[in-house]
Amino acid sequence: MARVVVDVMPKPEILDPQGQAVANALPRLGFDGVTAVRQGKHFELEVADDVDDATLAKIAETFLANPVIEDWTVRRVEA
Amino acid sequence: MRVGVITFPGTLDDVDAQRAVRYADGEAVPLWHGDHDLKGVDAVIVPGGFSYGDYLRCGAIARFAPVMQEVIEAANKGMPVLGICNGFQVLAEAHLLPGALTRNHKLHFVCRDQWLKVENTSTAWTTRYDEGAEILVPLKSGEGGYQADEDTLKELEDNGRVVFRYVGDNPNGSRNNIAGITNARGNVVGLMPHPEHAIDALTGPTDDGLGMFLSLLDTVVKA
Repeated sequence: MARVVVDVMPKPEILDPQGQAVANALPRLGFDGVTAVRQGKHFELEVADDVDDATLAKIAETFLANPVIEDWTVRRVEA
Repeated sequence: MRVGVITFPGTLDDVDAQRAVRYADGEAVPLWHGDHDLKGVDAVIVPGGFSYGDYLRCGAIARFAPVMQEVIEAANKGMPVLGICNGFQVLAEAHLLPGALTRNHKLHFVCRDQWLKVENTSTAWTTRYDEGAEILVPLKSGEGGYQADEDTLKELEDNGRVVFRYVGDNPNGSRNNIAGITNARGNVVGLMPHPEHAIDALTGPTDDGLGMFLSLLDTVVKA
């Protein structure tokens, strides 16, 4: 088994109102100096050893991310 | 006229969509998400709600349901397909319509009666309207912000593929105030507002939405 991490983020040009809301809340909570926040998704997949990189890329592109509005990265990590 | 109305786990507006079909003298045929055939229907409505709990992204899981594979194939052959609200999100995820629907720009769920301008009266679902007509139908969604890249927006605008546009304040941050669009062929239409909730002044703000279902009747009779 291997662990695979897929991170999905809204594209830079796509408005991220959730990230903005987090950023706007920080000064109210007394945390200064954070100028911007973008919010995305983090997936951890446990995959069998025979799942190749091409398959992982397809999983990310066709399902975990929507390429119209999101960018993504796929990486294998130590379990 | 036999019109299929899909029910996914989490769909809410299938019953009203079926009622709208009956108001237009059609027969509503319930379709289950696990169905592998469309039961010989003339058209399909993908109704509103929260299919699969909106998990992952709105419509992202519904798009892979068995019945959607049949809908995608039929739509690509010209069958009229209408996606309302979550149904619009499903059709966008299924690549039957371009772009994507995102969280409303002010984060609030918007629930109000909304004026729309009808800009394309040649689709399978809009022939009963006058071009430029303004209609009042309910809008109720939290992720209705229409997003697409500049090339896609230009393609939509230059070819009259914006079917409905919000009138007045933009309720959700949609690019170009877009409320609904069509595919190049004009058989697939998706919109965030709910025409099926506005088919009788007794139960909705107006009966302005009924025209979409009567338009379909004309399309099916002519075919």
